Amino acid sequence: MLSSLANKLSSKMRFMLLFSRQGKLRLQKWYTATAERDKKKMVRELMQVVLARKPKMCSFLEWRDLKIVYKRYASLYFCCAVEEQDNELITLEVIHRFVELLDKYFGSVCELDIIFNFEKAYFILDEFLMGGEIQDTSKKSVLKAIEQADLLQEEDESPRSVLEEMGLA
Amino acid sequence: MALKIVKGSIDRMFDKNLQDLVRGIRNHKEDEAKYISTCIDEIKQELKQDNIAVKSNAVCKLTYLQMLGYDVSWAAFNIVEVMSSSKFTYKRIGYLAASQCFHESTDVIMLTTNQIRKDLSSPNQYDTGVALTGLSCFVTPDLARDLANDIMTLMSHTKPYIRKKAVLIMYKVFLKYPESLRPAFPRMKEKLEDPDPGVQSAAVNVICELARRNPKNYLSLAPLFFKLMTSSTNNWVLIKIIKLFGALTPLEPRLGKKLIEPLTNLIHSTSAMSLLYECVNTVIAVVWLSVLKYLGLLAMSKILKTHPKSVQSHKDLILQCLDDKDESIRLRALDLLYGMVSKKNLMEIVKKLMLHVDKAEGTTYRDELLTKIIDICSQSNYQYITNFEWYISILVELTRLEGTRHGHLIASQMLDVAIRVKAIRAFAVAQMATLLDNAHLLTGNTQHSGICEVLYAAAWICGEFSEHLEDPMATLEAMLRPKVATLPGHIQAVYVQNAAKLFSTVLCGQEGAPADSKVAQETSQLLIDRLPVFVQSDNLEVQERASCILQLVKYIQKLQQKDVEVAEEVTALFAGELNPVAPKAQKKVPVPEGLDLDAWINEPPSGSESEDEGRKTKGKAVFAREESRHTKPRYTEVDEKELAKRREVRKAEQANNPFYIKASPSSQKVRTASSPNRQLVLWMPMSDQYVKLEEERRQKNKADRKKDKKKRREKGRQRRGDSGPESEEDITPAHMVDIVTEEMPENALPINSSLTSRCITDVCDIQGNLHDGSQVVVSVIFENKCDSFIKSMEFNVMDSLNSKLQRPEGAGPHDSLTVPFHLPPGISSEARFIFSVQSIVMPQKLKGTLTFIVKDSSTHEKLDFKLHFTCTSYLITTPCYSDAYAKLLESGDLKGSSLKLEGINQPFHHLLARICFHHHFSVVERIDSCASMYSRSIQGHHVCLLVKTADQTVSIDAKCDEPGLLRNVLDEIKLTFSQC
Repeated sequence: MLSSLANKLSSKMRFMLLFSRQGKLRLQKWYTATAERDKKKMVRELMQVVLARKPKMCSFLEWRDLKIVYKRYASLYFCCAVEEQDNELITLEVIHRFVELLDKYFGSVCELDIIFNFEKAYFILDEFLMGGEIQDTSKKSVLKAIEQADLLQEEDESPRSVLEEMGLA
Repeated sequence: MALKIVKGSIDRMFDKNLQDLVRGIRNHKEDEAKYISTCIDEIKQELKQDNIAVKSNAVCKLTYLQMLGYDVSWAAFNIVEVMSSSKFTYKRIGYLAASQCFHESTDVIMLTTNQIRKDLSSPNQYDTGVALTGLSCFVTPDLARDLANDIMTLMSHTKPYIRKKAVLIMYKVFLKYPESLRPAFPRMKEKLEDPDPGVQSAAVNVICELARRNPKNYLSLAPLFFKLMTSSTNNWVLIKIIKLFGALTPLEPRLGKKLIEPLTNLIHSTSAMSLLYECVNTVIAVVWLSVLKYLGLLAMSKILKTHPKSVQSHKDLILQCLDDKDESIRLRALDLLYGMVSKKNLMEIVKKLMLHVDKAEGTTYRDELLTKIIDICSQSNYQYITNFEWYISILVELTRLEGTRHGHLIASQMLDVAIRVKAIRAFAVAQMATLLDNAHLLTGNTQHSGICEVLYAAAWICGEFSEHLEDPMATLEAMLRPKVATLPGHIQAVYVQNAAKLFSTVLCGQEGAPADSKVAQETSQLLIDRLPVFVQSDNLEVQERASCILQLVKYIQKLQQKDVEVAEEVTALFAGELNPVAPKAQKKVPVPEGLDLDAWINEPPSGSESEDEGRKTKGKAVFAREESRHTKPRYTEVDEKELAKRREVRKAEQANNPFYIKASPSSQKVRTASSPNRQLVLWMPMSDQYVKLEEERRQKNKADRKKDKKKRREKGRQRRGDSGPESEEDITPAHMVDIVTEEMPENALPINSSLTSRCITDVCDIQGNLHDGSQVVVSVIFENKCDSFIKSMEFNVMDSLNSKLQRPEGAGPHDSLTVPFHLPPGISSEARFIFSVQSIVMPQKLKGTLTFIVKDSSTHEKLDFKLHFTCTSYLITTPCYSDAYAKLLESGDLKGSSLKLEGINQPFHHLLARICFHHHFSVVERIDSCASMYSRSIQGHHVCLLVKTADQTVSIDAKCDEPGLLRNVLDEIKLTFSQC
């Protein structure tokens, strides 16, 4: 009971989903604790609803007690669930900003980039949004943080050659 | 041991990595489930190994599978292991997996507390970063309790990157562990003023979210947020703040008022749709209910024009708005009602309005209601009235209003209806007779009230249609009461004349029964007794008519005494029926054959030489006539074309002119007086060359204007009444703030048609007052363009929070100022009004009205206008020396901004002159295609410009100690150049 109340009160964006036109989930981020089973059910239902919509239709829809804001970029649907009193337009801007970030990071991003580097896509999303709130409004500083972290990762990896790792060096 | 490591590494080389897994799944579309189950088996094997790289790879793959919907909860412990790796690469993967897979009931979370604490205090900010990010997804009440202190410390971390994340995650912590809120809040509040914009916006986010849940605890922060709202340019932050205010306002209604201005500013200035939406949303939700109503009604009136049906269904709602406290809303609602009446609902609507009339005792609003009722009923030739008896009784009811100044209006309606609707006459006459009988009620204590005008109509109707009277004698008696002599002259005159008409009717009736010749004589005696009062009247008309009729009656009495039947002859005096003529009736009368309306009756006066020549060559009359017949139509044709062309040009000018008020649908013609090419310079301190330049321009413009005038005069001769003489100020002020000329709409106040409706224009110029940083002087030139005397002009402006019209002491904030002069026809005169302005950072528009009385009609008329205070008008041309200028720039107090203008192909010195002239700058220094310019605001802000030009592109780098002001000035400069 208490936890469900906390869920109600918790952050604005409830979750973000990326899925393809064929209904394949490409990325999911939940900003409220949700049981695995419920997640699956919601994702399935929501994908059906969104995919059934015609291209000219409005980007917003009310679904259960949430407002769904989605936008299609090439073959990918970006879909966010926000609360009733939230601003749909800013959510649309959040989506667009995320796409811009992906685009900058991968260099004209395509669905495959996100499939094969899905952890990178998550890292970017995590730098941009935190707990459903916009963390940084500046594209530059988000990308900088990612690059720095990536650099750290490479430093971690690069000094150790395979041989070193094998303990042969 | 070494062998184990070697084995692990070699295995790893053959392990599937994430990419292989993804590829594999894509290649096994048919048996995906089977393929994945083998993969999961592999992963299980990998997880058993000690090598952390292998484990991490396995966890990464699991995260992917988890997304595909596979259960990976069994690997929770392995995820914790990877999280605990000292290597960032693995740690990152571990936290990602945790954030995707963990939830509150994952029991291994308990084991993570110490690891997370260690990561939070790691010297590497990215370790801390991933820990915070992960935590934001799976924080539990226990974690929140145990780590609250650590996170709170991080809010003051040296790196903004960490501060930002810590601030955001604090919100989650508050939710899971509310006790942490109290100790952490002061620090959170501090973060609202963090130097880093990211941290600041994070803090705004968190506090706004908290405040939305429980607004009353956050009221004390309102001033701080208000400051942020007016200073922030970050849309994301602004949206949050506006939302917050939306939550706060119901608790503190005074906030709503304060918000009006910043919100309107935002609505006007923002280009971000989402922000606009949020502003409007907030306005709708709580802030400004009345404004919403107003806007709603305004929008409805727009919809009404295109979709009348959809508005009509909201009739009740609109009628409710008539009960609103706010007069402007009521007036708006009235406007709407006007457009939405139909035959069906007219009576109902008017009935409601009549109720309001009763309630609105003693206000000007009541007068407005009254005119509106009449407008509504009489529109499009009484199109919606199905029952004229009803209308007459409404009019009669309206006469009960004391102190209205629209008696004349009611009277003209009564006359109009009685004359034009024959069927109604009997009813109308009966009503009018009662009115006359009760005249003392109308005139009672308000001697000069306009309502007695109604008696004018009543007397005339009773007289003219006296055959319908039931008891003409009684009415005659009523019309000749001594009290009538106190009525205004023109009404008395009508009384006397119509008494005579009635007399004739009475005679007719009485002589029908010859026995009563005595009664007839008594009637004559009544007139002879009562008329002398009128003969002594000081009104010529009354006197003349009275004495004339008195003599006539005396003569009649003589005849009566000789028993001569006079009734028929007396009736002959007033024989013939008056019939209404439709305005277009003249057109239906065919032009008699042989009548040439275009032909000169007399020879035209010899006007120009060319005509003289023409006459000289008029040797053969036949040719001359032919010629004239040909030239005439051709001339008008050219003229028509020319007119159309000119109209086009004018429209284009108007479209480009920012100060031009677009014609509202109700006003038919609006004149522009500030076409860019006609603007002239008042005064500019500039180096010689610019003065010269200006001189040239002025000359040229004068020449242009002369041409213009000439053309116009021609046009005026061609089509008189189409356009009156334009105002011809020789020097138009540099700042045409607003030029307003509105014609009265045809269907609005029915003013005397002989009055030219275009009555007055005003042109104004706004100048800052150098000596007082908060004062702005607005000079308004009023010009009377009609041919009647205009008096009692009153000038009023709706104050905004920022700008207020200075009124004399003791005057209320909405009182209007009397313009200290009258205007004879064709005269213009200038009045100055002082405004106090608080902030000069934003441009402002103020709405105002000018009311005045046109002599001869004695009705008040109204002219709406807008005053546009541009930021430029707050600048004052101030010369500056180059060394002082350099010092100013060096001081570093100024904030910069820049502007690029493309496609400018005027010479550089023209460009500079333009900036000097339109925006009050002075040139400090000029080197080739580069110049520095300076100006100062009335509040002492320095504004510096560096203007450079290269191939049609002009770049302006500007600096000012007030970025808001600078931005607006630059926008205005841009606008100036976009017009040329």
